[in-house]
Amino acid sequence: MRPAWSIIFFTSISGLGFGLAAWVVLGFIDFVHPQQIFGVGGLVMLLIGAGLLSSTLHLGHPERAWRALSQWRSSWLSREGVLAVLAMLALAGWGWHVFAIGTPPLWANIASALLMAVTVYATSMIYASLKTVARWHHPLTPICYLMFAAAGGLLAILWLQAFWGQGQSDAFELAVLLALASAWGIKLVWWQIAGANGSGSTLASATGLAGLGEVRSIMPPHTSENYLQHEMGFVIARKHTSRLRLIALGLGGILPCLLVIMDGGSTMGIGLALLLHMAGVFVERWLFFAEAKHTVSIYYGHQH
Amino acid sequence: MTSLPEPSAIKLGLVIDLDICVGCQACVVNCKEWNTSGYGAPLSDSDAYGAKPSGAWLNRVHAFEAGTGADAKVVHFPKSCLHCEDAPCVTVCPTGASFKRSEDGIVLVNEDWCIGCGLCAWSCPYGAREMDPAEGVMKKCTLCVDRIYNENLPSEDQVPACVRTCPTNARHYGDLGDPNSEVSLLVAARGGVDLMPEQNTKPVNKYLPPRPRRAANDTPMSLLAMADEATPSGFWKWVDSTLEKLG
Repeated sequence: MRPAWSIIFFTSISGLGFGLAAWVVLGFIDFVHPQQIFGVGGLVMLLIGAGLLSSTLHLGHPERAWRALSQWRSSWLSREGVLAVLAMLALAGWGWHVFAIGTPPLWANIASALLMAVTVYATSMIYASLKTVARWHHPLTPICYLMFAAAGGLLAILWLQAFWGQGQSDAFELAVLLALASAWGIKLVWWQIAGANGSGSTLASATGLAGLGEVRSIMPPHTSENYLQHEMGFVIARKHTSRLRLIALGLGGILPCLLVIMDGGSTMGIGLALLLHMAGVFVERWLFFAEAKHTVSIYYGHQH
Repeated sequence: MTSLPEPSAIKLGLVIDLDICVGCQACVVNCKEWNTSGYGAPLSDSDAYGAKPSGAWLNRVHAFEAGTGADAKVVHFPKSCLHCEDAPCVTVCPTGASFKRSEDGIVLVNEDWCIGCGLCAWSCPYGAREMDPAEGVMKKCTLCVDRIYNENLPSEDQVPACVRTCPTNARHYGDLGDPNSEVSLLVAARGGVDLMPEQNTKPVNKYLPPRPRRAANDTPMSLLAMADEATPSGFWKWVDSTLEKLG
């Protein structure tokens, strides 16, 4: 599948934003000054908003994007849009409550955090619900998205604590390390097993010609690349798959963990860890699209 | 809207005879011609006269080879929207632009609502949908909905453009929901098949596999054998012997 930059940016940045938002509403940051609420709220809204805006960049008609909120009964993309709007409203309400009244009741905090998680789940289901892309159509796909959002969010909390000079507990640092390790651990498993058996479709089943023997493609239906090949026939990544996976894991998992362990919690150190983590997630997300094979490539003679 | 309707009694669709199709591309051209001026935005091309021409087409003809050795067979394979009963392209649509008609099962795109996200094309296992490069909306086979119900056209033209133009009659159009329709009888007689049945999309369109090859003893004598056995007579015998003498 073609890795569109707007979609890679959208899924990684909004994932980080929702992850951070979930930990914030669960009370993982102490707001010493009331103004800090606006700082954190603004940062989260910027991350989520930039992600959502970016997601409209690849549309043929971005001015009609509001229509995408209408089909939540059947479409995961529509659900994602509706949930993202609800999640941002919930966050705004939460921030107002903390500023004006005080910390909201526990049930409201938990419900808000769940809303953030369900939104990330909906993002992942846009892809995981597609039976045509065997690699995505796997129960671990949503877990990967959720774990990266959670780990990135925790790392961002650690950075905010450093930034505001709040003391970091060893237990919290350990939690960040565990979250990063679990996220990449699950990703490693996903790389091994998701879609390993293909889509179940073959050129024989795609053409109905199984009765004649082995089927081969001898001539494409057009002389130059068409939309289907451009959009769903991306092949460059597969050549460098193992190298790119190592780069993603190194940037996004190993280096941030080493920085968290060795740096001792400086703003610069944790900030660098967060940037490296996001760079790794970008590579991971790029591979998520670029590696995935679509059943239509069978018609163009690719093995599946 | 993008929830699928109850299965309709009438299921309009195509039956494509892979035994007959010669891969002439006439259906492809007539489809483009009709649909560039019919339902929705024109079917545009990009860089049409340049180095990398591309464009939106609703029907494309692949060529496959099946079998090995003397039994190998070239099969021309037209592919367009199969108007699936469980159409994934309809349910993934976030705007309600992609829909399946409850009266006859035709899958269409309301181009005024389409945001051009491309998710329907990703959800289609067959590659039946293509984004229009100029208009930014999704294009797909309409089963020529603007021909088949058009009473301003002569009755023989009230069929999809691809069916009307096929010079070998490899394409048939009709109601596959009626077990006694001509197309349903044809599918039953020839063992018509679904493409990628394992994707559970329940396509309405059916493909008729090539008929089995005739048994070996039925095949005509090979041309080589005919040439070997031919002994010239008359004028050609004189030419033959004269040329032999020339050394």
